[in-house]
Amino acid sequence: MRITQGCFSFLPDLTDEQITAQVQYCLDKGWAVNLEFTDDPHPRNTYWDMWGLPMFDIRDAAGIMMELAECRRVYGNRYIRLSGFDSSHGWESVRISFLVNRPKEEPGFRLNRQEGVGRRVTYSTHAYAADLPEEQRYQ
Amino acid sequence: MNAPTGTVTGKDRYRSGVMEYKRMGYWEPDYVPKDTDVIALFRVTPQDGVDPTEAAAAVAGESSTATWTVVWTDRLTAAEKYRAKCYRLDEVPNAPGVYFAYIAYDLDLFEPGSIANLTASIIGNVFGFKPLKALRLEDMRLPVAYVKTFQGPATGIVVERERLDKFGRPLLGATVKPKLGLSGRNYGRVVYEALKGGLDFTKDDENINSQPFMHWRDRFLYCMEAVNKAQAASGEIKGTYLNVTAGTMEDMYERAEFAKELGSNIVMIDLVIGYTAIQSMAKWARRNDMILHLHRAGHGTYTRQKAHGVSFRVIAKWMRLAGVDHIHAGTVVGKLEGDPNTTRGYYDICREDHNPIDLEHGVFFEQHWASLNKLMPVASGGIHAGQMHQLLSLLGEDVVLQFGGGTIGHPLGIQAGATANRVALEAMIMARNEGRDYLHEGPEILAKAAQTCTPLKHALEIWKDVTFNYESTDTPDFVPSASVSM
Repeated sequence: MRITQGCFSFLPDLTDEQITAQVQYCLDKGWAVNLEFTDDPHPRNTYWDMWGLPMFDIRDAAGIMMELAECRRVYGNRYIRLSGFDSSHGWESVRISFLVNRPKEEPGFRLNRQEGVGRRVTYSTHAYAADLPEEQRYQ
Repeated sequence: MNAPTGTVTGKDRYRSGVMEYKRMGYWEPDYVPKDTDVIALFRVTPQDGVDPTEAAAAVAGESSTATWTVVWTDRLTAAEKYRAKCYRLDEVPNAPGVYFAYIAYDLDLFEPGSIANLTASIIGNVFGFKPLKALRLEDMRLPVAYVKTFQGPATGIVVERERLDKFGRPLLGATVKPKLGLSGRNYGRVVYEALKGGLDFTKDDENINSQPFMHWRDRFLYCMEAVNKAQAASGEIKGTYLNVTAGTMEDMYERAEFAKELGSNIVMIDLVIGYTAIQSMAKWARRNDMILHLHRAGHGTYTRQKAHGVSFRVIAKWMRLAGVDHIHAGTVVGKLEGDPNTTRGYYDICREDHNPIDLEHGVFFEQHWASLNKLMPVASGGIHAGQMHQLLSLLGEDVVLQFGGGTIGHPLGIQAGATANRVALEAMIMARNEGRDYLHEGPEILAKAAQTCTPLKHALEIWKDVTFNYESTDTPDFVPSASVSM
């Protein structure tokens, strides 16, 4: 399955040229670009691991693309997302976020149903990848 | 236009009998509104032969302290403070016999944090007052001191996006159709298909509550099965607005609690439940980490006609204070009423922390929201994927675009309809961010995206000629050179 997190997941995977254009958009808005990666794409997994700090001071798209290339070299078989963070008052949060890397295989999720009283069902979503210890996922 | 005040003072003011409102202290053209005053702008149409100044003063009187005759008991109070004061009267451009009346109210006239109390004064008795042919509340300035007595949106745009983990594009929704008649099991099917196909939200319609064909618990159970299944199939957060509107508060709380127990991230109410019920549900939503969607059912009865009623921009302000997270605010291009400029004004009221005066958009007052949460506008009714460039340009990014028919009516099925909308949206956002002139190149951008998306190709083909071009009834009245400016 193909997970559809982020704002361009229904389009074909972005080329580096397309990613550069989005990075430039973030920089033009004054946002800090941030790279994060994970081997647990559960929809409620908020805190992916950070590839260093948000790049508050890199104001050049090529520099950010170099960081992305380096992140892909190390974590090329994980999910990597790129986000733009707006620190202006009244927002102070992410403005845009999209995937820039996927693992070769995306095993997806199992929906667990626990039947309760009446017709009540308690649901949980389980990432198949998370069945393995961290170091062994997406080998 | 602005005749000098004729306010009678001293002993003569309280002589028993009837006195014109404009002589009782309700017409004060020299009054300078305080920063803490609530200000209302009314469109006043006096009956033939009624002096406009007297009519405007009567509106001030009848929406504050006055009764039809002089009463000596005024003298037991600080009456001058409590009298609302009409301080300015303008002719409405191009509308003979109609006037804009600016009326200031002291903050002490209102209970903190109560829309019911505010509206009981401002739109209470006065709308039935005989000397007026018609009366419309056009806009209000709510002082920061008053704004701060309200909770505001339970969640707000930023936190809603954080919870849903969705940034950088409008959210996508669809109202389940047909709106009446589906059983719970069939209803959940529509929800599942639409969410799995790529929508973020599905929605109950305003009149789906608990009817013989589908009782509410059945709907909630099947809908949550659909939401969870679609979430696992896509790896992204999904939601469905479960409408908890019911006959009593107790019933609404029961339904909302059940939605919470089932893990829903959003519930929904209708405007017709009333201001106090809305505020109660907003407090419940804040306590229970729930997004609160408001359908503006019924508003067209009093917002649409320009001469009489309440402008929707005022309703939007009240609802931001009352604390809902979503409000239907118009599509411009869809099937329901909506002049582009006027609609733009509503969106600004929902989403900005500060609204400057903008007569072109129907915004008469500067308004500071004092960091009150932002309210997500919802565009719903007669829109489709082929309009994506127009929708993005007119409505911006922080909006829920709801394609009901435009999803469910797709010739290849509901999933295909949802996918068409999502692909069209993402392609347009990408083009916009790349700096393209997406409004003019929109059709080409969509056609290009359709090359790799068959559902979008079908959607563009089947709805290519659908537009709703009718004259708007509710448009701003202003002269650019500004007889109406502050």
